[in-house]
Amino acid sequence: MHIIEDGNAAAALGVRLCRPQVIAAYPITPQTPVTEKLSEYVEEGSLSAQYIPVESEHSALAVCIAASSAGARVFTATSANGLLYMHEQVQWAAGARLPIVMCVVNRAVGAPWNIWNDQQDSISQRDTGWIQMYCADHQQILDTVIKAYWLAEKVSIPIMVCYDGYILSHTFMPFDLPEAGKVDAFLPPFQPDYALNPREPANLNTVTLPDVRVDVHGELAHGYMEIRYLLQEDLRLALAAAAEMERRFAGVFGRTADPYLEPYRCDDADFVAVGLGSLTYQLRVSVDALRAEGIRVGVMGVRFYRPFPDEAIANALKGKKSVIVFEKALSYGYEGALASDLKSALYEYLGGTGSLPTVQNFIAGIGGREIHTQELTDTLRAATQARVSKEPVWIGLKL
Amino acid sequence: MQQAKTTILSLPTGEFVHPGTRACTGCGLSIAYRVGLKALGPDTMLIVPPSCLTVLQGLFPVASTKLPCLNVTFASTAAAATGILATLKAQGNTHTTVAAWAGDGGTSDIGLQALSGAAERGDNFIYFCYDNEGYMNTGVQRSGTTPIGAITANTPFKGKLQQKKDVPAIMAAHHLSYVAACSAAYPLDLYDKILKCRDLPGTKYFHIHIPCPPGWGYDPRYGIKIGRLAVETGYYDLYEVVNGEFRLTAASEKLVEKRKLVPVREYFRSQSRFKVLTEEQIADIQKQIDDKWEGYYKKSD
Repeated sequence: MHIIEDGNAAAALGVRLCRPQVIAAYPITPQTPVTEKLSEYVEEGSLSAQYIPVESEHSALAVCIAASSAGARVFTATSANGLLYMHEQVQWAAGARLPIVMCVVNRAVGAPWNIWNDQQDSISQRDTGWIQMYCADHQQILDTVIKAYWLAEKVSIPIMVCYDGYILSHTFMPFDLPEAGKVDAFLPPFQPDYALNPREPANLNTVTLPDVRVDVHGELAHGYMEIRYLLQEDLRLALAAAAEMERRFAGVFGRTADPYLEPYRCDDADFVAVGLGSLTYQLRVSVDALRAEGIRVGVMGVRFYRPFPDEAIANALKGKKSVIVFEKALSYGYEGALASDLKSALYEYLGGTGSLPTVQNFIAGIGGREIHTQELTDTLRAATQARVSKEPVWIGLKL
Repeated sequence: MQQAKTTILSLPTGEFVHPGTRACTGCGLSIAYRVGLKALGPDTMLIVPPSCLTVLQGLFPVASTKLPCLNVTFASTAAAATGILATLKAQGNTHTTVAAWAGDGGTSDIGLQALSGAAERGDNFIYFCYDNEGYMNTGVQRSGTTPIGAITANTPFKGKLQQKKDVPAIMAAHHLSYVAACSAAYPLDLYDKILKCRDLPGTKYFHIHIPCPPGWGYDPRYGIKIGRLAVETGYYDLYEVVNGEFRLTAASEKLVEKRKLVPVREYFRSQSRFKVLTEEQIADIQKQIDDKWEGYYKKSD
């Protein structure tokens, strides 16, 4: 059924279809409508879940961590400083290997206070051990939530479903709302390997030594380092699981997509713009304009950011003259995190082959600064003519 | 309804804490925890933030507790209890008890926000704050419940200059069905209070005074004596607040009949942490205790 709703409603509808048993959330703009909707569903009885209005984001994720440890499918959502306030719990959820799904409605972080969109919040959580998926429209938000539950429970790793505040969260768009039966066919009920219970007592997340240690049965148990290594290994294996996720999703819903990348007019392109989220759809307009001028340019959205699909990206960018990375966040003191990650992947797979593209980095839309399509077009055109700068260049800066 | 008082002979012999924990010699917590778990029984899930109890529990893959236990971040204890309760509710489980055990720093300082949130929501679990009056696990730093005059690693020469935070009163202000103040030196009082509160609705709060040999500075064999001295001097009171009704219990209740408190000086003299308390300070604290007990006496008359 096609409906017209805003991005937050797309997320809430997707969550409802996944039948979470416990939802905990604390209000922060622009996330609030997602959790308001879910509280509505619970109160009206269209979703059978425990809705916990907690007193902070730290507690929102604490509730999800404990509820998931006891065997429930859980959900939360946040933005900006709410995500930063969760940070300790974000790391904990990954270390505890809990398949939590959390929507991050991207917003700038303070100081100074700013409620508008950029992606500094989720990018700053890049190294926490979560899977990060980015959405570019409302259909992707809904679909990604459903896919995320499947993947998180498959690999026992939590997932952030990231989408741009306001640009997606508060704008209306038509999208397909799937039937509940299809989602149930795609996503079986959550069955954890172990859930905390009095019949089989276990002590979870207890103090773990630097080295391995023998248990009471004489068997060698992991040390902290082994446990952390397995998180890294399973994150890398999650790339293959994501491909399986897309195949299964396509089989049930009939919508196919590349699990990692979303290329537009890239096949014959000499130059490829790369980005995360809704910005890549805006860049399509610039690509069309430049194509009309005869410049062979395309744009590629990165949908799957952690684990980083390095090989897929390097293959997709092989033989391009230049890769132009547009970002709404940066690793302060250096450059955009995506630009660094791309350089690393290109060096690994294309270094020494003679087909290593140059990489340019543009920072745009920080703190919700309006990104004019003409500016993007002009920037992209200039970047195809010569490498603009070694340093990241801020678009629309008024200094 | 008045239940029969448990005695050392009628206390169940079943244990939920294995022998050979990593607690310090003479640790007051090991008494309160052992007896507390007997009262909670086998159908219980525990939540523990980083604290002395994390050490007592042991190191992976060995655990000293025979109940399921979720170790959580320092500030999230009560919220984690909420999360487990939510899952139990979703599973239709109405019989399992959820109990959190946190230290005084984890309760009065970093965990207070989450505790207040859970209490305000009325989440149905029992919260135990074992109060050894400092961050003992990290090497004896001051906490919100460290008493005035106590030397700690970060109040090294003058002792703590501020009053102890009255956490049970803060929790009572949440209009809980049950708030109790207990002591490791009176484990049966703790045991009976746990049995009494189990079927009451919402959040139940227990504050347990825990003598700590390395933190307080005394020979480990005197832990019970010192815990009792705190009560006999009227310095720390055993009580319960049931649906808003305050009542002294056990030894504190008997003190009202006796009307004779041991001078608080005896309590201070028993521990090296109080060695910098001046005569004036001790006299001032004695007066505060006497005034408080005058109130208790009047109430009972």
